Amino acid sequence: MAIEHLLPQVFDGSALRADFPVFDRPHRSGRPLCFLDSAASAPKPRAVIEAISDSYGHHYANVHRGIYELSEDATARFESARTSLARFIGAPSAREVVFVRNATEAINLVAYSWGRTNVAAGDLILSTEMEHHANLVPWQQLAADTGAALEFVAITDDGRLDLDDLGRRLARRPKLVAIGQVSNSLGTINPVAEITRLAHDAGALVILDAAQSVPHMPVSVTELGVDFLALSGHKMLGPSGIGALWAHRELLEAMPPFMTGGSMISKVALDGTTWAEVPLKFEAGTPAIAEAAGLAAAIGYLEGIGMENVRAHERFLFERAWDTLGAIDGVRLLGPASPDEHAAVVSFVIDGVHPHDVATIFDGHGVAVRAGHHCAQPVMARYDLPATTRASFYVYNDVDDIERLADAIHATQRLFRSA
Amino acid sequence: MDNLYRDFILEHYREPHNKGVLDPHDLHFADSNPTCGDEMSMTLLLDEGRQHVADVAFDGRGCAISQASASILTDELRGKSLDELRGIDPKEVVENLGVPIGPARLKCALLSYKVLQGAVIGAEARWPDEADVLAGGSAP
Repeated sequence: MAIEHLLPQVFDGSALRADFPVFDRPHRSGRPLCFLDSAASAPKPRAVIEAISDSYGHHYANVHRGIYELSEDATARFESARTSLARFIGAPSAREVVFVRNATEAINLVAYSWGRTNVAAGDLILSTEMEHHANLVPWQQLAADTGAALEFVAITDDGRLDLDDLGRRLARRPKLVAIGQVSNSLGTINPVAEITRLAHDAGALVILDAAQSVPHMPVSVTELGVDFLALSGHKMLGPSGIGALWAHRELLEAMPPFMTGGSMISKVALDGTTWAEVPLKFEAGTPAIAEAAGLAAAIGYLEGIGMENVRAHERFLFERAWDTLGAIDGVRLLGPASPDEHAAVVSFVIDGVHPHDVATIFDGHGVAVRAGHHCAQPVMARYDLPATTRASFYVYNDVDDIERLADAIHATQRLFRSA
Repeated sequence: MDNLYRDFILEHYREPHNKGVLDPHDLHFADSNPTCGDEMSMTLLLDEGRQHVADVAFDGRGCAISQASASILTDELRGKSLDELRGIDPKEVVENLGVPIGPARLKCALLSYKVLQGAVIGAEARWPDEADVLAGGSAP
């Protein structure tokens, strides 16, 4: 294996496991947990768990309502989490950050609120063959409801977006381009800044599904130039049940509410209602208060490591995993080979063994991976695969996890060759 | 967990019984496992009275559990009446695999049952209720 071209390792991922109580949990295999499914959802560091507990224990009241100290404290902490997230994604203003449940809800918010207002019959919406169902099905529904056309940018054999195909489709001047920054099924990192520039030149807005990128690399909405960005807290070490939509303030102000009810109003009379200012206009009902505290703690944890370091660490692990798995006979890897274009998400196929069987056998060795279509069935169809096995890495992973992954692959191959 | 892949299961996976498509056939249905997208079809030929199974075959690719389950299930269908097919207990289909099946793999084990029921009723059948099928503690 050619080690020379690899970047040096920037920190010891295995040492960070002490921060994550789930790694103390005994596994039925009798071995420590080798967790390689962070692209689905990430374990939580103690700092996040304690922030949630501290919120409920010492700072909890409803937000934006109470004229009393405890509610003011809760509101200040909730808004402070919004400010942290705005800073984390390079947003010019915290008022452009809308808290939602997850990236899926953020995309649906745009599809319903912006989409039903701005897209009409005859318009074109452009997405890609690479998308997670969360960035595909809402646009199918928007197209079905409005009579707009929906097209998909093709992907190449090695799992990159076909930019020539993108150019041809942009020439038909779509209203919106919906792309993911990192493919959850292939690991591909898309050239978002370039695509956004091309889309803007063609008169389209860009919505970025950043669920798989914001947790793993520096992401700045300002630098990327996108118009909307969707993310989930649970993939970035934060709690489930909280995510965010970021959009330019003028866009948010021009959009009608998505869900209506309490909190999002300015004035309600029986004959009509006016809306609160953004972002509260999009936050109907009591929000995820303790989860916001947990998300702020997750951001603090990641900023403590530094997102440049997170990216460098994962790049190191990707190269090592790609080389190690690629050297095993009977293993096929998906997605681009270049670490510049591939996040630490390695999707692979073991010849002759179905991914479901792979994952079950791996589990017997204490190795947790994802097997299936990864909510990206069109991607599976593109490569004529029913499913793949996916190993995804994060800050607490290290080379020992890659060794255990390789051992589990060898064990699976031995089992299916025997008898 | 390797005990899930006893020789018995792997033999059925490598050399499944009743694999293919019957032509002609009287009943046909195809269905899929939503967790992995695996598709399975089943064709059945009925006897002259059109009430009993003369022959059966299944087709499609899938994991060892789904393929072994279909292989074992189809072995038992010849001579059975359509009423008997409707009355097959999904719990027995799982138990006949002879290995512990947990909730994560239950749909793999039951896809053949679901396809068969679809063929009999001529429409997509429901997944059996997980609690009913796993009751009795067959989960590992």
